[in-house]
Amino acid sequence: MAKYLLVESRDPFDSSDSEYFCELVEGISNRGNEVTLFLVQNGVFPLRGGSKHSGLITKLLQNSVKILADDFSLRERAIKKPLDGVEVADMGRIVDLLLEPGTKAILH
Amino acid sequence: MATGKTLTISIMDAPYESASSTTALRIINAALEKGHNVNVFAYEGAVNLTMKAQQPHATPVKGTSVEQEQHPTTKDWVAALFKLASTNGVKLDWINCGLCVDERGAGDWIDGPRRGGPKDLLDASSASNATLVIPTK
Amino acid sequence: MAKILSIVETAYRATIEEQDDTILWLNHMLKNGGADISVLLRANAVNYAVKGQDASGLSFGETKMAHPPEIDKDVESMIQKGVPVYLVEEDAKERGLSDEGFVSGIKKVKREALPELIDQHDQVWHWLGSRKISQVSTE
Repeated sequence: MAKYLLVESRDPFDSSDSEYFCELVEGISNRGNEVTLFLVQNGVFPLRGGSKHSGLITKLLQNSVKILADDFSLRERAIKKPLDGVEVADMGRIVDLLLEPGTKAILH
Repeated sequence: MATGKTLTISIMDAPYESASSTTALRIINAALEKGHNVNVFAYEGAVNLTMKAQQPHATPVKGTSVEQEQHPTTKDWVAALFKLASTNGVKLDWINCGLCVDERGAGDWIDGPRRGGPKDLLDASSASNATLVIPTK
Repeated sequence: MAKILSIVETAYRATIEEQDDTILWLNHMLKNGGADISVLLRANAVNYAVKGQDASGLSFGETKMAHPPEIDKDVESMIQKGVPVYLVEEDAKERGLSDEGFVSGIKKVKREALPELIDQHDQVWHWLGSRKISQVSTE
């Protein structure tokens, strides 16, 4: 079992490739790996309540994927409270996760 | 306090074209603040981040002068990161890909970065605790 | 030596740069430098595996492009050098591409097998993100 840090910077409104990345996250998690998904930049848009694409995130949460959201990206977009289950974090957290031994990092 | 750990980041985007540039600088900043060494491999348009000739400008729409705007350009942000590294006793090794520099005429850069190539990325990554590639579109 | 998987998605960005695709070039150089590199072509970059790509003939005013990129040959060259080059089968099929049109030596991988491929590598370097535009809603 490996550790993965998967960072999504894109949003499903701008890029339907976000769906591919969510599928990849799920697939990697289903293989028994420890997965953290970190949402940054427009990748936080689905976290606004009522977003058409929140389902992508909810599905991952239900599959026990740990999801973090960048505090600055949320604030920049006036998303006051992300979806339940998503933890707000800062860039220091990304650095900590990156430097955890054995972590594979992919930024999309 | 230096941790002895090193992070390598590869970036590609030219200044002001992509939110990824902001994210990249924020990650580098956070890593340096935590006392880690950072290697940056600037490829393609990212070599323009350190160009000495960048200049701030006034903002007629807001009616503000150059002085009032206090408008750091990316070279200033990068210079600040070098200063942060120095203050914290860690190393920021910023490598501008030489061929990308040549093609873009971006060779006159601020103090700090050095010229390099793909082998430098490989060497940096091999000697690092982690590598993150930040893609362009 | 870490096993690295380089993922390429966007294609034909930098034709005026001539010579090559910048990321395929970079990965070729990394291989020359001793890296244990594999390449995954997905999204529009699956087209890089198609034989017969021809970008010749560009000129602007009197200045002609002397050495247009020959990306199919670049891909072949990487394969000959021992770089495993994968492409996503469904992405190719969606784009009307068939096996006969590919350069030899390409390894096909199904989308569902990508997590396994990624697991087999120590690092994944994601170089170019595609700009697949969302479907226009008809609601």
